[in-house]
Amino acid sequence: MGQIVSLASLTSAKSTEDMRKALEGGGCASSSCGSSDGPSDMAPEIWDKIKDHPCYSEEAHHYFARMHVAVAPACNIQCNYCNRKYDCANESRPGVVSEKLTPEDAARKVITVANEVPQLSVLGIAGPGDACYDWKKTKATFYSIAKEIPDIKLCLSTNGLALPDHVDEIADMNIDHVTITINMVDPQVGVGIYPWIFYQHKRWTGLDASKILHERQMLGLEMLTSRGILTKINSVMIPGVNDHHLPEVNKVVKAKGAFLHNIMPLISDPAHGTHYGLTGQRGPTAAELKTLQDQLSDGTKLMRHCRQCRADAVGLLGEDRGQEFNMVHVPETVTYDPSKREAYREIVAKERGEHVASKEAAKAELRTMSADAKVLVAVATKGGGRINQHFGHAKEFQVYEVGAFGITFVGHRKVESQYCEGGWGEDAALDGVISTLEGIDVVLCSKIGDCPKDQLTAAGIVATDDYAHEWIEAGLTAWFAAAHGDVALRA
Amino acid sequence: MAYKIIKSQCTVCGACEFECPNAAIRMKGDTYIIDPVKCTECEGQFDAPQCAAVCPVPKTCVPA
Repeated sequence: MGQIVSLASLTSAKSTEDMRKALEGGGCASSSCGSSDGPSDMAPEIWDKIKDHPCYSEEAHHYFARMHVAVAPACNIQCNYCNRKYDCANESRPGVVSEKLTPEDAARKVITVANEVPQLSVLGIAGPGDACYDWKKTKATFYSIAKEIPDIKLCLSTNGLALPDHVDEIADMNIDHVTITINMVDPQVGVGIYPWIFYQHKRWTGLDASKILHERQMLGLEMLTSRGILTKINSVMIPGVNDHHLPEVNKVVKAKGAFLHNIMPLISDPAHGTHYGLTGQRGPTAAELKTLQDQLSDGTKLMRHCRQCRADAVGLLGEDRGQEFNMVHVPETVTYDPSKREAYREIVAKERGEHVASKEAAKAELRTMSADAKVLVAVATKGGGRINQHFGHAKEFQVYEVGAFGITFVGHRKVESQYCEGGWGEDAALDGVISTLEGIDVVLCSKIGDCPKDQLTAAGIVATDDYAHEWIEAGLTAWFAAAHGDVALRA
Repeated sequence: MAYKIIKSQCTVCGACEFECPNAAIRMKGDTYIIDPVKCTECEGQFDAPQCAAVCPVPKTCVPA
């Protein structure tokens, strides 16, 4: 076999038949990020709500894509990690966007993307600005798109300050998913994060600002929970400011019914012009982030596959096709054609069944082993849940922890510059990749050359393409059994 | 007596437009402007000019 199939080949496929062939050829399927729970771990009505949502379901993020439209640029608070003036197409982080859209532009853009990107399942409004504060534009956008594409899932993210004013409308409009950024449940901690808020025609600063914000966030969360709307809480981890406080945040939001808690590392760089960037506040290391996430893993489900995407991102979580769909590329008049999305869904339904079965088998096999070993494995994947990417092409690695206890998704590691650009391996780039992989024991990919393999070995990392095109879980299990299975037998 | 917007600093977020109690702010070209005839600096209406209170960029909504 050895045929490389990516989701990209499915998207570019001309017909249903092509898509099916591509998948049968050993394409892509599943693995792990977000809430890694599957249908067996939760109530059917909840699974039904999240199963196609790439940000809420780790499983779904291998198949489905989101797009954000930046229609609501006005904001009612100032955060120390945000600078509203910043705008750059090469930056990928929340709040950053290259063009602001009117609700009418947004509708045209979403329909254009829906016609081209069959994986599209979710439309989000996530800044820059606050979707609830700039409510009229948010509402007009959702209203016109839901009319054209009734099955698209709507979601929004907010700082919570204006949220309580709109919860009823959110429920009426079938907005199933709301994300609130909650960085503290103690206003004293908030003083170091929020210099001011604008509330009831007044600018509030200091402790007053954080007190009001906190009360409104809690009220908004409770109101959403009582209406059965799934709420995800985003918390920015800021070392020395709220890192030790986040377990408390986790406890409180869990008690108030939050569905998912997403701890995001602070992104801080002087070039971004943010208060934190300019004052030298650092973000957490990957190890610090993981330690905190591990500490919280008994609480609300944790999201670990967040890519902190741009406010105008388009595509699967690991990719951003936003540039392809700038307004200059969007036609004046567009008509929604559901055929591609429908065909894709049919195929994914089948593929997913196979992947779930493979995951279960992997879990069962690991359970039979008694090895104490616990290894961190980085996987190169183009999506679809398979080990299907060349080591040198990986823009990011998905990291899993594997042991007899099973497989847990830990997160992803971004690669700053690909090792293999245009066919030549660059030594400097390889050094960068190796430092990205710090702490990783094993790399699984679809192909790796002898030279990078040797250098990884020298750095204490095992790299192999023996499990190319396997489901991720099946490959992880097979590798673990080969490396540690004999230990289990002897024990 | 009126406020103005420093164009080079404006992020065009539009928060000032819908906070203005006098409908004095509107888009003109690619930026927002304040109509000096309609602007009251929010005197007698609020404690502080609403555009300046909500603006995310310091010293961008200022006395004309």
